[in-house]
Amino acid sequence: MRGAAGSAGPVPDLMAALLEGSGEGIVLCDADGVVTLANAAAARMVPRVEPGLPAPAPLDSVPPSPEGRVVLHGGRAIRIRAQAVSGGMLAWYLTDLSAARRTEFLLEAGRRLSASLNPHRCARAAAELGADFLADMAIVLLPPTYRRRIEWVRAVSGRYGPEEGVLPAAEAAEVPGLSDALAGLRHGVAGQQDPGGAPGWLLPEGFGPAGHLLVLPMPGNGVPAGAIVLARRAGRPPFDDDDQVMARDLAARAGAAVSAASLFREQSTINDILTGDLLPPELPEIEGMRLAGRLRASQQAGAIGGDFYDVYLPDAAPDGGIVERPPLVILGDVCGKGAGAAVLAGQVRHSLRTLLLLECRLDRLLELLNRSLIASPSPNSYVTMILAALRTGPDDHVLVDLVVAGHPPPLVLRKDGTVEEVAARGSLLGALKEISLWPATLDLEPGEVCLLYSDGITEAFGGPSGREMYGEARLKEALATCAGMPVEALVERLEQLSTEWLGGGPGGGADDRALLAVRAGAGRTETSW
Amino acid sequence: MVRQDLEAATGRYLNLIGRADEEGAAGLVLGLIGEGVPAEDVLLRVIAPCQRRVGELWASNEWPVAREHGATAVSERVVAAVSGRVRPTETRGRVAVACADGEYHVLPTRIMAEVLRLRGWQVDFLGASVPGPHLITHLHQTGPDVVALGCMLPTRLPRAHATIAACQAVGIPVLAGGAGFGADGRFARLLGADAWAPTADAAADRLAAGLPSFPAVPDDSGDTAVHLGGEEYAYLTRHRADLLARVMDTLTGRPEHTAEDLGNMADFLIAATYVHDAALFTDFVVWTCRVLEARQVPAESVVLGLGAFHDVLTDCPDARALLNEGVAAAQACCGRSARPADQRTETSV
Repeated sequence: MRGAAGSAGPVPDLMAALLEGSGEGIVLCDADGVVTLANAAAARMVPRVEPGLPAPAPLDSVPPSPEGRVVLHGGRAIRIRAQAVSGGMLAWYLTDLSAARRTEFLLEAGRRLSASLNPHRCARAAAELGADFLADMAIVLLPPTYRRRIEWVRAVSGRYGPEEGVLPAAEAAEVPGLSDALAGLRHGVAGQQDPGGAPGWLLPEGFGPAGHLLVLPMPGNGVPAGAIVLARRAGRPPFDDDDQVMARDLAARAGAAVSAASLFREQSTINDILTGDLLPPELPEIEGMRLAGRLRASQQAGAIGGDFYDVYLPDAAPDGGIVERPPLVILGDVCGKGAGAAVLAGQVRHSLRTLLLLECRLDRLLELLNRSLIASPSPNSYVTMILAALRTGPDDHVLVDLVVAGHPPPLVLRKDGTVEEVAARGSLLGALKEISLWPATLDLEPGEVCLLYSDGITEAFGGPSGREMYGEARLKEALATCAGMPVEALVERLEQLSTEWLGGGPGGGADDRALLAVRAGAGRTETSW
Repeated sequence: MVRQDLEAATGRYLNLIGRADEEGAAGLVLGLIGEGVPAEDVLLRVIAPCQRRVGELWASNEWPVAREHGATAVSERVVAAVSGRVRPTETRGRVAVACADGEYHVLPTRIMAEVLRLRGWQVDFLGASVPGPHLITHLHQTGPDVVALGCMLPTRLPRAHATIAACQAVGIPVLAGGAGFGADGRFARLLGADAWAPTADAAADRLAAGLPSFPAVPDDSGDTAVHLGGEEYAYLTRHRADLLARVMDTLTGRPEHTAEDLGNMADFLIAATYVHDAALFTDFVVWTCRVLEARQVPAESVVLGLGAFHDVLTDCPDARALLNEGVAAAQACCGRSARPADQRTETSV
């Protein structure tokens, strides 16, 4: 603290400490315009302020007013507010707007660039930050794709919403320094470029000529993550040292964000390809009946798990050696949850598809599957499942041939609303060399439904007490209320009731849940309504 | 097509979905579009009003729950058929449309998705009850401009709040829609959504007007985040099961109180405690009284049920105050239709 002894009386120690600690600059002068005290922040912003001397520029040019005035001084933008205090004394309060802008930039950059794992959203955030804090226009260019195309995002300060587009990589060379920046050949160098050389595509329509151009590489994970070009209109001040430091900071943060997002995109693309076959299939239209299915995986971010269902339509044009058979639906559950279980479920579905080319007897199919599971090198390859062959009978009936291997037997919803359990039983697959099966055939009248489900439905713990198992009795009761419903509505309702039973918990403990229903008859409901 | 014709078509449509006649309903709707009625009008002036009517018919016990679900399933497939028939060019940005976690009333949100598609947006419709992690993964993978989140029941608000905050944290603004956010959208504002729209076409207009490309910083200094939830909310959520068990104990021998109804009561109470809004709770109470009366269960049973919660929740002054308001609202319903009966049918919401 600089204070003139005697001129304003001694400042108590506590007051002095308070003033010294303030981030706002405070200057006090007496009625003659002579400075009596100035704290450290004030001395930093206006180095010539000195107690005992008259108030220097730019303080002397700011008259007392409540809103104050912004002045440029020593490369900083400073908001100065003057206020009369007692005894003709005058106080000035100084706020360093440059520092505020930089702090604000750092906060915003941190918030926006750390948010998304999508390369485009990151590029967009970087362009908007550039246009908000550094330039009249900012354009982010992502590295060329294998087709030699460059995706870009451009933001203009004061305009709503960024623009996006794609351009051939060759055209990037038209911006001085941009090819080098995109190739990672300019490490962190803030390149001021000749604005005269900017091609037409760089600037938006109606922007006017650029006065200053800054081209910066965005460093990534060892490989460049793109480049950012900042432009100020002709007549605006050039990018000074502070601007360039900020621009480099922006480019570095944007590069880190874009490259992390690109890695995530790459991984999730691979993931999507690998799991594509493991998702439940779209259910086909089958003449004389209607199918609906639902599958909820316990793992919330991925949609895959150990429960599965599938439909195998007969070969459209069976030729030599391929057996003829009716459509087949299956529903099953492999031991475990998550990705490991999903892989085994995928193998089971695939094996069955192949076996069906040569075999159509349901019990024989399960015996073959069982042998293949026992021979499987991976441990715990246990599977429970139901096979249901769907034959159309006379008078729009559907005949369902069922084999059940260690799985809860299907339920049947009759026309009068009663619910029956099918008396088919059999042993689990993958455990013992010999399996025993007691198959059954079901006759569905039009409007009647056969429901296949996994134990994730009946063994769901929840309910009013949170500790109760849903159980078969509740499922049967719920199914009975669905008489007359279209099969999609039926399956949706059962899933909804089961989800409500599980309650508002995070779902972490929940098992996979699968439902598949076959309803005999075509579209219309045959009820008494 | 003149208004009367559209009204007549609406009557025919209700009739068809009431018989779960999907072919007929789809034929009618696609026929209207073929005659030149804009697809948006078909969605908003035929299908949506019929679905509201379906809800009323269920509430007044004129339609059994199975018929209501059947009609809704048909409408869902009809909306899908409209979507397959009309393919507008994508001239705007990309929107992810999802129902809040736990929300199974999918059709209003689905209709909003279709209206946005018709207005030129690239729409990803994620379906009913979308868990937060699933939605966020989708946002990272596709990078949409905005999330449109549908919530029909206020009991999903706590989870909708978590989803809104998660979307904003990954830099995507959220438009909230659906009756769950309040008829005036007050819960959308309270939970910090970037925008709110009462209807599908209002949602499309709001998005066309432009949302911030990055959500605003949550206003921590204000009273929103601070006043959501609180101790009683946490207590009720954690002890929901125990509380319900105790309430059911005090009501033994009164078969008109099903576990499902009492569970609903608890959930609405919890939601009202979360957003500190008495009207949320009293609206639910009045609605429940009406639904029960239609099933010959007098509103007195609701007074009794609320009283049981009140007696059990000795340490929750705020929840007790809400319950008192609920009791007053239920008492106002008492005697409107005083037919004694203890027959109960299902009253799931």
